[in-house]
Amino acid sequence: MNTPLTKNQPETLEAVIIRFVGDSGDGMQLTGTQFSDTSAMFGNDIATFPNYPAEIRAPQGSLYGVSGFQVHIGSVEISTPGDEVDLLVAMNPAGLKTNLHAVKPGHTIIVDTDAFTRKNLEKAQYETNPLEDGSLSNYRVIEVAMTSLTKEALKSVEGLDNKTITRTKNMFALGMVYWMYNRSPEHTISFFNKKFKSSPSIIEANTKVLNTGYYFAETLELIPNAYTISPAKMPSGTYRIIMGNTATAWGFLAAAEKAGLELFLGSYPITPASDILHELVKHRHFGVKSLQAEDEIAGITSAIGAAFAGDLAITTTSGPGLALKGEAIGLAMMIELPLVIVNVQRGGPSTGLPTKTEQSDLLQALYGRNGESPVIVIAASTPANCFDYAFQAAKLSLEHMTPVILLTDGYIANGSAPWKIKSVNEMPEIKHKIIKEASEDWHPYDRDEDSLARNWAVPGTPGLEHRVGGLEKDRISGNVSYVPENHEYMTKKRAEKVKRVQNYIPELKTEFANEGDLLVVGWGGTYGSLHSAVKHMNENGHKNIGYAHFNYINPLPKNTEAVLKRFKKIVVCELNSGQFVKVLKMNFDGLNLTQFNKIQGLPFGNQELEEKFKQLLK
Amino acid sequence: METTIEKKYTYKDFESDQEVRWCPGCDDYVILRSMQKALPEMGVKREDVVFISGIGCSSRFPYYMNTYGMHGIHGRAPAIATGVKLANPNLSVWVITGDGDSMAIGGNHFIHVLRRNIDLNIVMFNNEIYGLTKGQFSPTSLLGQKTKSSPYGNTQPPFSAGELAIGSQARFFARVGGNTPKEMTQIFIETVKFKGTSLIEVMQNCPIFNDGAYDEFTNKEVREDRQLFVEHGKPMIFGKQRNKGLILKGLKLEVVTIGENGIKEEDILIHNAKEEDPTLHQMLVRSKYPLVTGIIRSFEEMTFVVREDEQTAKVKANSKFRKTDDLFFSGDVYQVI
Repeated sequence: MNTPLTKNQPETLEAVIIRFVGDSGDGMQLTGTQFSDTSAMFGNDIATFPNYPAEIRAPQGSLYGVSGFQVHIGSVEISTPGDEVDLLVAMNPAGLKTNLHAVKPGHTIIVDTDAFTRKNLEKAQYETNPLEDGSLSNYRVIEVAMTSLTKEALKSVEGLDNKTITRTKNMFALGMVYWMYNRSPEHTISFFNKKFKSSPSIIEANTKVLNTGYYFAETLELIPNAYTISPAKMPSGTYRIIMGNTATAWGFLAAAEKAGLELFLGSYPITPASDILHELVKHRHFGVKSLQAEDEIAGITSAIGAAFAGDLAITTTSGPGLALKGEAIGLAMMIELPLVIVNVQRGGPSTGLPTKTEQSDLLQALYGRNGESPVIVIAASTPANCFDYAFQAAKLSLEHMTPVILLTDGYIANGSAPWKIKSVNEMPEIKHKIIKEASEDWHPYDRDEDSLARNWAVPGTPGLEHRVGGLEKDRISGNVSYVPENHEYMTKKRAEKVKRVQNYIPELKTEFANEGDLLVVGWGGTYGSLHSAVKHMNENGHKNIGYAHFNYINPLPKNTEAVLKRFKKIVVCELNSGQFVKVLKMNFDGLNLTQFNKIQGLPFGNQELEEKFKQLLK
Repeated sequence: METTIEKKYTYKDFESDQEVRWCPGCDDYVILRSMQKALPEMGVKREDVVFISGIGCSSRFPYYMNTYGMHGIHGRAPAIATGVKLANPNLSVWVITGDGDSMAIGGNHFIHVLRRNIDLNIVMFNNEIYGLTKGQFSPTSLLGQKTKSSPYGNTQPPFSAGELAIGSQARFFARVGGNTPKEMTQIFIETVKFKGTSLIEVMQNCPIFNDGAYDEFTNKEVREDRQLFVEHGKPMIFGKQRNKGLILKGLKLEVVTIGENGIKEEDILIHNAKEEDPTLHQMLVRSKYPLVTGIIRSFEEMTFVVREDEQTAKVKANSKFRKTDDLFFSGDVYQVI
């Protein structure tokens, strides 16, 4: 559909942040996803952030039932979904109340006036109607009776019940926003055609409402003009929009193909990690084997069994699940088998905040096991690079014969961004340690001189029959050994093996400055927020502030201490009360370390970061 | 699915170089030797045999077998074994467990592995006590039993392994005395022929912490009178004189004597292990007089791996994806020039 533009030429903007909010059943996630996909196809850089309640269908109209989706699109590099929004689309009073604080003064709010009933206002704890009491005078409010306009538009479509009709109103809002930002609804219409293939009346209804919203905005004099955001300058290539959890799943698919092994997933559903399971179970055509196990422990132990038998084995979970898997991680570490454990971190402790983000499982990942049981710990930092770090987790695990914990978090796992698609051909080689033939003097715990990785003798191979287990092993035969010196030797060997991974991972790099007054340090999923804050300061004249981001946590990159020492002051920013800063303090003396923490289940905002950094620079 | 071979092994081929460290007089030695004797008869290559265990006295078993093996963590052997079998269905995978390992700490995995019906063979060493931790009551210890952790008598009623298993949809259940190696060897061989999860409960005497737990059923002098060793298709006859038998009276089993009260041999129930309905199998499991041994239930159904394989084959046939690149570059992709 090529709609002629309005009489006014659209005004060009560099970037815009839009937030869609409504009841958890209002389809805000779909609305947001459609807008971001369409914008990405248009060539914008994007970052998205869904924010939804733990309840699947919280009571309608309630404050805690509000579901939101924020999208940041730009013609410039976009690394976060942004803080304050330029446009808020509020489908009900509860959505307005809980999100108003995020709207930039003077900017636009679109509301569905039909939802501002006395009942809904009460549920949102409004004493007076904000549309009437003047409390929104600092904003440009566009009042639209979306529900009734939707009903009117669908009068002629047959076979629709009332519920379906009301549920289509999110497409009215989307149509309006498409017009406002000069986007064609075409992509969304073809999405309807695919998604609702079997119900033509649903396709017709959604298409009709979407177009009605679009034309409504066009003819509405309340909207003075449309805006446009030009395509961003991104490296050329083939792109797609990818969610962090999907990227993680695909990284493992690529690793299995590269290594020439079959992929096995043992998993138990848990928010926010389940989407990795959902994604991998689809891919039986690649020979992916998956077991939705009876519990978290069976998830990991089945993966240990599969690893023993020669598969690339992984298990996926979130914080509480990692706690349950602790003993089994110790077993995999002890018997020195390759295994990747993905922990999509969420707000803790205990059940905590299942749908919110946090980085509070770092110390659990490093130390949450009995005995001394070091494993490799790495962390992805953007939705798209979940692909690279999943691949890397598999590679390190297979080449070093050790469990690897891959940390992501709810923020990057559910967030989406453009991904310049990587062909498997571009990925590095993976050389697993499977041995096919027995030599005369073969032993299960023979180690590679450089990496200290043992070999991988897989059941089914004649002559390599051997036993492994959680009891301390003899340094060569792998048989049970209670010899005191052997235990000390093996404890040190296992630690040394993980330590030597330093020789196989990239060095730490800094951005914006190599030395200076302040180094901002982050790890994992905070990359987008920290990077854009430092970048913004740098562009505004603060050339003495650098940024270092850690993806490798155990072991740390070799040059870590040298890099950190080049700065007078270091601020370690984390979404916890200071875990990585403890790791740095434990490892290095004489660093001027401070910390900046946030424990609200939310990502860092640009402003709070910049304020803190400026204060530290004084 | 295990590949058959020409090479003939002896039990010695399955002995590992590790010194066996169970207490003298333990039935575990009998089980070990019975297994080593059964394996050459199974037509399985040694490199295709895997023993997975949990924790407990029984679970040291894999160390003593010259096959592939893993001594896992407490209670989790069925889950580990499930992963092994899914990774390579060609392997003959055994789970070695005890009453505490399988029905206390590993209860969840135990019921689910049976439900799924993956082709594994589970040998449960049931000694009705915790041996390795030195004498606490287990989930099969008797009510009132005095142990280290129940000095005034156990107040927790026991599980019956067979009832729990069949209640969890076990398709194969056998029971055998720990002091009858010939029968045990025979059952191990039969177990391998069965496709699906099979459970063999061994009434294993612990001479240190629960000595004589099964004496009333397993002692040589009483064994024939107290045990009914069932075989598929044969009448349920037992007793030194082979004149006792089981009949069904109403909803209960009843012991009768052939030649008394007009009972003839053809009145005795014929054992049908392959019956889908587990009602009678459950009654046999519960019976204390006679205590029923042998293969009580052996009902074959499609196994988990076969079901998975069929689904995979269908998905593969209908999929346009051969390589991951096909997936990555499919759908909503766009070019940036």
